[in-house]
Amino acid sequence: MRFNGPVLFLDRSDINTDEIIPARYLTEISKEALRPHLLEDLSLEEFDPRADIAGKRVIVTRSNFGCGSSREHAPWALEVNGITVVVARSFARIFRQNMFNCGMLAIELPKKDIDSLFALGDKVTIAVDIDQETVITKVATEVCCKFTLNSFDKALVQAGGWLAYADKKY
Amino acid sequence: MGKTITEKIFAAHRRDVPSDNNVVLDIDVVMCHEITTPIAINDLMERGMDRVFDPQKIKVVIDHVTPSKDSKTATQAKILRDWARRNRIKDFFDIGANGVCHALFPEKGFIRPGYTVIMGDSHTCTHGAFGAFAAGIGTTDLEVGILKGVCSFRLPETMKIVITGKLGKGVYAKDVILRIIKELTVNGATDKVMEFCGPVVDAMSMEARMTLCNMAIEAGATCGVCMPDRVTAEYLWPFIKEQYADVDAAVNDFKKWHSDADARYVAEKIFDVSNLNPQVTYGFKPDEVKDIADMAGTRVDQVYMGSCTNGRIEDLRAAATVLKGRRIADNVRAILSPATPQVFTQALEEGLIKIFMDAGFCVTNPTCGACLGMSNGVLAAGEVCASTTNRNFNGRMGKGGMVHLMSPVSAAATAVRGAIVDPREMM
Ligand code: SF4
Repeated sequence: MRFNGPVLFLDRSDINTDEIIPARYLTEISKEALRPHLLEDLSLEEFDPRADIAGKRVIVTRSNFGCGSSREHAPWALEVNGITVVVARSFARIFRQNMFNCGMLAIELPKKDIDSLFALGDKVTIAVDIDQETVITKVATEVCCKFTLNSFDKALVQAGGWLAYADKKY
Repeated sequence: MGKTITEKIFAAHRRDVPSDNNVVLDIDVVMCHEITTPIAINDLMERGMDRVFDPQKIKVVIDHVTPSKDSKTATQAKILRDWARRNRIKDFFDIGANGVCHALFPEKGFIRPGYTVIMGDSHTCTHGAFGAFAAGIGTTDLEVGILKGVCSFRLPETMKIVITGKLGKGVYAKDVILRIIKELTVNGATDKVMEFCGPVVDAMSMEARMTLCNMAIEAGATCGVCMPDRVTAEYLWPFIKEQYADVDAAVNDFKKWHSDADARYVAEKIFDVSNLNPQVTYGFKPDEVKDIADMAGTRVDQVYMGSCTNGRIEDLRAAATVLKGRRIADNVRAILSPATPQVFTQALEEGLIKIFMDAGFCVTNPTCGACLGMSNGVLAAGEVCASTTNRNFNGRMGKGGMVHLMSPVSAAATAVRGAIVDPREMM
């Protein structure tokens, strides 16, 4: 997976899994069926799921993203919309683990870095380099944020997820 | 340096240490329900990995939407049912024997002190009430759990929550945990285990301890945990009597899991609950909590009694004390979903079901029901529900609906008044 592209900014903390993908879609048994419903119930002023999500590859948000239920439908709903990276101040544990288990990235940055990303405004493109552990924005003023990835989480992403990793090792 | 109960359980189950920060644990019980498991089963089948590591250690229930409400949920149930049969999983609970997973599995004696337990459900933390490490996980973790019997965790730190004082009349475990979540906030315990101890916890029944641990996830915790003691041993006795000479022997054996006196905690919080009032949530986050008196007069359209938080026999008994000889208000509809068939039967035998029905409640089969707004009891936009469940997220019980979380006694009193009320006025 490549981890770069246009950013969707979600300026709120505690965005929960019911907002990412509502429970009423949990009867679906294919990931693709989740696609039109990503962030459908998000409480955020002026957010228009259809217009705002299109073409985005990265989410930048505040703290405790993905709190609530254990549903892996949340990362899947992101994945089928082409979003494979979430950059946040912090994550809920299960959501963060689900992202890495799917071979996707949940990157935690200090508040000042998150603030500086938000300060860039819309139309920002981000590139995440896993080896260098950096988030780089490509706008007039380039911002480079350093993050640290837990070595196990990194191994999961490189293996293509936890199932592939565990099948080989255990 | 001493160890916490969680560190002891981790040490006893360590399969691998893939990094300084992570461990891979052997899992004693993998629990499955029909919402998160079928998609794992389908994926395993597509990969040609339709196996289970040990059918005895897998426990399966259809509980979220049961009986199935449409073709999609019928398909989910069928995938789970066929898989359980194909893999010779004998602890499979279908219609007639099914109930809310986190109430049903403890009742069957599946959870023991020192166990590691996983399930594709965030309220798996409930089972920590037995002195187990029990954590909610996603589908990929579930697939690996089913296939290999292992799961990876970051090493969690432990937050010690000491509950002191004496609970007043009309105040219950639900009020205590709401108060704690208010203080910690929705991510105050993220990546941490909440260890509940102190005289109030020691005096609690297993039911009350499960209510406490159930909502640990609402503060972001990996798990809630209580020390396994005589209360635990007595609850489990029918299932462990072959193993121990008597209850005392079990109590003694359980002590090996207790946190050491010199164990290290990342934080220690003391809650004196002597002056605690009944609590209620007012917003869309479980840490938005107030004294119920501050919300008095808020009209409700529906009252829901049930769920893995408060659908157990003790909850029904407590609510019935308020409902006995009373009727619910005209503006309210009220639903009771006993959490398990055993709870239902017991409530029938004790005459509680009659009290609920005479009061005007509709009684459903054991199921998650209205808790997650997927089957029955869904709210219309603009409607308000007083609920004994654990989540008040926007849209949880139906798009545009509002849920106020409270104890069963508070919910019963609210049903009678037709608006939120301090239940002590009716006790
Ligand atoms: S009762 Fe509600 S919270 Fe508990 S397992 Fe069922 S849906 Fe989840």
